[in-house]
Amino acid sequence: MLRRPFFWIIALVVAAFVVLPPIGNNVELRESLALAAVYITLASNLNLMLGYAGYINFGSIVFFGLGGYICVWLVDAHGWPLALSLAAAGIGVSGLSLIFGFGILRLRGPFFALSTIGIVEGVQAFVENFKPWGGSSGIYISPEVFQPLGGPGPALWVIYFLFVTVMAASLYLSYGIKISKFGLGLLAIGQNEDAAAILGVPTPRYKALCYSASAFLPAIAGGLYFFKGAFVQPTDAFDLTLSTEAIVICMLGGQGTVTGVALGAYLYEELRGYLLTSSTFSNFQLVIAGALLLMIVSFFPSGLMGFIYSRFPRMQKILE
Amino acid sequence: MFGILASIIDGVLVGLVYGLAAMGLTLIWGVMDVINLTHGMMIVAGMMGLYLLAGAFDISPYFTLPPVLIGGFFVGVALYWIAVHRMMGRPPLMSLLSTFSVNLILVGLGTAIWGTALFNVNVSLPGVTIDRYTFPGAHILAAALAAVIAGLLYLFLHYTRLGKALRAVANNREAAELVGIPTTRVLAIAVGCGVALAGVSGMLIGTLFPFTILSGDGYQLKSFVVTVLGGFGNPVGALLGGVALGLLEGAVTPFVPVSWTLVIEFALFVLVLIAFPGGVFVSRRGAL
Repeated sequence: MLRRPFFWIIALVVAAFVVLPPIGNNVELRESLALAAVYITLASNLNLMLGYAGYINFGSIVFFGLGGYICVWLVDAHGWPLALSLAAAGIGVSGLSLIFGFGILRLRGPFFALSTIGIVEGVQAFVENFKPWGGSSGIYISPEVFQPLGGPGPALWVIYFLFVTVMAASLYLSYGIKISKFGLGLLAIGQNEDAAAILGVPTPRYKALCYSASAFLPAIAGGLYFFKGAFVQPTDAFDLTLSTEAIVICMLGGQGTVTGVALGAYLYEELRGYLLTSSTFSNFQLVIAGALLLMIVSFFPSGLMGFIYSRFPRMQKILE
Repeated sequence: MFGILASIIDGVLVGLVYGLAAMGLTLIWGVMDVINLTHGMMIVAGMMGLYLLAGAFDISPYFTLPPVLIGGFFVGVALYWIAVHRMMGRPPLMSLLSTFSVNLILVGLGTAIWGTALFNVNVSLPGVTIDRYTFPGAHILAAALAAVIAGLLYLFLHYTRLGKALRAVANNREAAELVGIPTTRVLAIAVGCGVALAGVSGMLIGTLFPFTILSGDGYQLKSFVVTVLGGFGNPVGALLGGVALGLLEGAVTPFVPVSWTLVIEFALFVLVLIAFPGGVFVSRRGAL
């Protein structure tokens, strides 16, 4: 892996994320890049399902929200340190989705997509009725939890670097899976599931593993996100906008590519920042996301990377 | 004891309306293998049509049925040309995404215009009282109208030229094209009918319960459950599936908090899909 140029391209991007904001203590850039890192994390993990295995997961937000809940709850009610809570959130959500994956991934194609919509409803209803997690009013954590990280100010920097770490891990995970035998199996499932099964790809197991793997890092990102906000409640944690945006990003950048998804996430984050500040568009964010998705699906189904590959075929060898 | 029975009967009445909604979904699904993710929003559009028309013209809510039906048809034809036509012959993933994006646009527009306020349409109809329990007149009339419309759809599909063409396209699009059926036009009409059914069922649900712009998700999920129970692309099965779902809801509501109903229904959805991949009420193979 170390000898492949793409490995170093990812390293360069991550280095830029690490180095740029601390120059001149640029807080505004940090917040913008933190959001971009969250988008990249969510989108590239969604891409494992959508781009590689060809399965749409409309409910990827569940991983993010549940991770947030587990982390905030452990920090608040049990006084666990942040690192341990994050690990618990990642492992817990990933484990749950592995168990769940074996059940719902017996459903194929569109049925799986439909059941992911149901999962969001199901998990949200569970959390709203679950007393230890504060029901529909959620959990607040006191600012004291930031003390071990050196107070609220420095804690934001620590959290930012953790976001970047999670993003880097997501990119390397996507890349690592893509060049592995597991990834080949997933791509085969995405092309033709029956043929893949006949050729000996253990399709149910691969799909469940992929589903579970795509849950791990978003759960940690969710933990960080809600820890940073010191507050988590069901309507925020399971806000379908975010998983929708992840789908738009995947399609915008080019599903199944690592570079495209990261690029799409960054572009979308910039676009969104612009739209939110202009008063005409801030109410119509969903409309714009929808129109963008419709345009991409109708006219450019292979996204930005498809365009780049067709113009510069050599790029296929360098940019995965 | 009669309390539970009354709850179940009421559940069946409402279930017929759910069945009608699911018929709209399953019609499109059966004819062209497209899962219409705007279904929930189309149900809400029917509700808003009811609210706006009944409010603007001061007419009985039930007189809004014809305009909602006709309007829904034209919206459906437009939906076909915007989101479905280009997706024919491409992976199912693409039509899911394209209808999903239209749904996003509609949800965005709806919330930008009306917010998430609760709407309520007053229907004053005398109920039927048995013992201590009253079955609301609105529920009975909605169920009756749903049954009539479902019957008309059945007649349309089986005894008119256009209906037969629709079933032919559902069975084998290429063969239908070979015998001279204008498949594209038929597909557009199928989406039109599906959306019209969704709109009408939304209008009927609007006479039963209060609603918001975002109510569609829940009803869409119910439609999926009903479709799965009834078998894909099987409108008669959808009506039976609706009744079954209504039965279940009626039997469960007295014992379980309302917010859990959707979760139970969703669990049922997954279980049925795994246990009976072809649907429960399927007697023979063949779409429609």
